[in-house]
Amino acid sequence: MANRSMQIATAMAVLGALVALNPASAADRAADNYRTYCVQCHGVDGNGQGINKRDMSVQPRDHTDAKAMSGRSDETIFKVIKEGGPSIDKSVLMPPWGDTFSDEEIHELVVHLRKLCKCSFGAGT
Amino acid sequence: MMLRATLFAGLLLASLGAAFAADGRAILQQQCATCHNLTGPAPSTLEQLWARKAPDLFYAGNKYRAEWLQAWLQAPKRIRPAGEFYEDHIRRGAKGDEIDTASLTEHPKLAADDAAAVASELMRLRPMDRLTAAEKLEPGSVSRTMGEMAFDKFLGCMACHEIEPGYGGLSGPELYTAGRRLQPEFIASYIRGPQAWDPKIWMPNKHVSDANIVKLVRYLVVLSEQDSHGK
Repeated sequence: MANRSMQIATAMAVLGALVALNPASAADRAADNYRTYCVQCHGVDGNGQGINKRDMSVQPRDHTDAKAMSGRSDETIFKVIKEGGPSIDKSVLMPPWGDTFSDEEIHELVVHLRKLCKCSFGAGT
Repeated sequence: MMLRATLFAGLLLASLGAAFAADGRAILQQQCATCHNLTGPAPSTLEQLWARKAPDLFYAGNKYRAEWLQAWLQAPKRIRPAGEFYEDHIRRGAKGDEIDTASLTEHPKLAADDAAAVASELMRLRPMDRLTAAEKLEPGSVSRTMGEMAFDKFLGCMACHEIEPGYGGLSGPELYTAGRRLQPEFIASYIRGPQAWDPKIWMPNKHVSDANIVKLVRYLVVLSEQDSHGK
């Protein structure tokens, strides 16, 4: 009986460790994806100053702008990443990334953007 | 007797020619394989993508025009303004991110016979025939104005690609020489599905319609014919 309790406790500890580890790995993956795919326009610091911005008629979103970013819900941000600017009546210069990222990766990117802006929907400063 | 002497001389010349002719395969292995992937597959992880130093060449025969390859190898000009992997060549500047040009390296030049041999060998690398064969492009043209409108305004390709030196995005290859550089079927197929060629590439699939793919291919051909840059 004691042996069985020990097994359950060990299993719970392993599960807890996995749950604790997962947010970190998801955050790492989001940062890696951001670095690879987003910085070309949104900049290495996420401030909209990417190398591609020079001739754009609509400038890339500054992801560190808490006021602007708090005006978009997580669902809207998910949609614009997956389906592109025109899906939320914004610029065609923001392309759809649905063939590049899984839905899970896009959700992780939304969390990453919330870290960059230090904001949440409806709570801008 | 005369015939035998002629045959002997012919054989001698042929063997001498073979001995002195540039060996494209050997040059590729010795000089190109350090930076270029000649065997595939394309990167399937971000780590592999970041480690890539130069464009994959394992499908060069599906991608390039032979005559362009031969000429470019003798007088190479930068095609990717920010190099590869682009993010490794970016630094923070006063007006935003900028390309750290000092971090970019020049492509080696090849002598004419070596360039011909390498181009010939590269054109044999065609593992993606299935993709290019699926593109059925009818002959035709588009005005530069209409093509540019699609490229810039409706499809937003200029975000990442230059259509003339100094105009357009910098993270993708310049496209003002693309019509001379690339096979039309490759352009069409790559626009249709970049990830089919390069699963982790930072070019998204914009689900461009068949009609617009044809328009873009024709535009890039017109652009490269009319544009004197990079010639």
